[in-house]
Amino acid sequence: MYATNIGFVGMAGPKTCCAYGRNPRVMEVQESYPVDVDSLRADFPILQRKVGGDISTPGEGDDDTVPLVYLDNAATSHTPDQVVDAIADYYREYNSNVHRGIHHLSQEASVAYEEAHDRVAEFIGASGGREEVAFTKNTTEAMNTVAYAWGLDELGPGDSVVLTEMEHHASLVTWQQIAKRTGAEARYIRIDEDGRLDMEHAKELIDDSTKMVSVVHISNTLGTVNPVSDLADMAHDVGAYIFVDGAQSVPTRPVDVEAIDADFYAFSGHKMCGPTGIGALYGKRDLLDEMQPYHYGGSMIRRVTFDDATWEDLPWKFEAGTPPIAQGVGLAAAIEYLDDIGMENVQAHEELLAEYAYDRLNEFDDIEIYGPPGDDRGGLVSFNLDGVHAHDLSSILNEQGVAIRAGDHCTQPLHDKLGAAASTRASFYIYNTKAEVDKLVDGLEVARDLFA
Amino acid sequence: MGIGSDMYRQQILDHYKNPRNHGRLDEPTFSHTGENPSCGDTITMDVQLADDGETIERVAFSGDGCAISQASASMLTQRLPGTTLSELEEMDTDDITEMLGVDISPMRIKCAVLARQVAQDGAKIHDGEIEIEKTKTEDDD
Repeated sequence: MYATNIGFVGMAGPKTCCAYGRNPRVMEVQESYPVDVDSLRADFPILQRKVGGDISTPGEGDDDTVPLVYLDNAATSHTPDQVVDAIADYYREYNSNVHRGIHHLSQEASVAYEEAHDRVAEFIGASGGREEVAFTKNTTEAMNTVAYAWGLDELGPGDSVVLTEMEHHASLVTWQQIAKRTGAEARYIRIDEDGRLDMEHAKELIDDSTKMVSVVHISNTLGTVNPVSDLADMAHDVGAYIFVDGAQSVPTRPVDVEAIDADFYAFSGHKMCGPTGIGALYGKRDLLDEMQPYHYGGSMIRRVTFDDATWEDLPWKFEAGTPPIAQGVGLAAAIEYLDDIGMENVQAHEELLAEYAYDRLNEFDDIEIYGPPGDDRGGLVSFNLDGVHAHDLSSILNEQGVAIRAGDHCTQPLHDKLGAAASTRASFYIYNTKAEVDKLVDGLEVARDLFA
Repeated sequence: MGIGSDMYRQQILDHYKNPRNHGRLDEPTFSHTGENPSCGDTITMDVQLADDGETIERVAFSGDGCAISQASASMLTQRLPGTTLSELEEMDTDDITEMLGVDISPMRIKCAVLARQVAQDGAKIHDGEIEIEKTKTEDDD
């Protein structure tokens, strides 16, 4: 933690001093946030725009008059200039297809694209480097890669896959359907009243029949931070593997896949300042080695005859066709950006805003908040306002420029369990402020007035 | 933009808070249910036809969901009596937004048209044109 005075003086007032230390992204003093929000916001021009006008012409127009308050970061984060520039530089300077080209541009692109894998590996603590990191379209595709490439071969009647009730559909639907196809059983670890996993139930469910435990690291609906390291131990004790869905964790806190002892770990680039269209699958090297490819085609083969084919080395075996080159370059730039801020600081900022939002929302009797207490959650808060459907609330907030998400957040079974068809979710990132949380809370008052 | 709302004008809120013809008919000619999976909106429309088998005499709805879907259903129960099944079939999205009297943002259109779709599908099932158990609007989540 860099902020030495944790007295929350708020974001108001001019910045009189910029006591930059060795890390230029982090204010040593004077600010109330673990990261230098003012400085960071300058990297995201989109945060300055106004909304509310004609949506058929993207971008700010004359009829856009309401300042944007963006609180939908769990769905996607914004992209700083540094990352946009890295992608633009790629297209302007060295755009080319990778791997097979002898020519200069292809070599430049290949080196950048391959090094992006190393950068990701370093970021998540994969000591095996690029061979343990395959780029995918997103977390969902990473999940499907293992489900198809490993699950279809290894699962059968009598086997079980253990999931949690708070899984995102990316994990839940994928394993549910692979289980149906293979005759395996899908089991779900219960959540308790606070939205935490019932670890006693986990002990019951993870048994000798279990071949895979697939758990979300941070729930995208509840904000619960799951004890994935303990679950990894439980899985390994029965000879099962563990797949951790890191879509909400890698963007928001330091993650070390080897400290967790995850066999597989996945995340998406667009939730962490990177571009859409890229995610990463981490897998322990020997597991990836044993697995068959998921997609066949170009780039993933070594030798092909009319009768058969052999596969390229890791990780390329899992990257068929022309890969997301610009996105890989962009993801590496995003990681560079986040590393400059420091993931410990990102986490501290997330937790500060989550607790602040939780406390502010918790002031009201007509608001039901889902998930654990404010001081024990990731950077998001899902809730319902009594008497106002989440979609109505979202529309009313939108008219005030406040972008939140309303719906089932790809966790329909969890919402069934919560007894809510939908919920409203505010989710935070490095550039958000307490003043923006206040705008959300003020917006709720408008909804109350309308629906009273 | 200050206090107030473009989409949630008084009429919509009035129909949401005080739904008209809410409940079930004793002897509907046909009933049909639909849902909007992403919102969790559900609507059941009961329609009673006149002796000519073509003119809509009474309509009631039940269900729950967002204000737009429920207000639209409530208004439709007032709008439909006196019209014919073929007129119902011709109702399009513009007719619904006109009935609601507000601009509905694109993401909320399916909330607004759910009741109409349920009534239309119910009529088609009644006529033997289609066979479906439940109307479902597309889920875009």
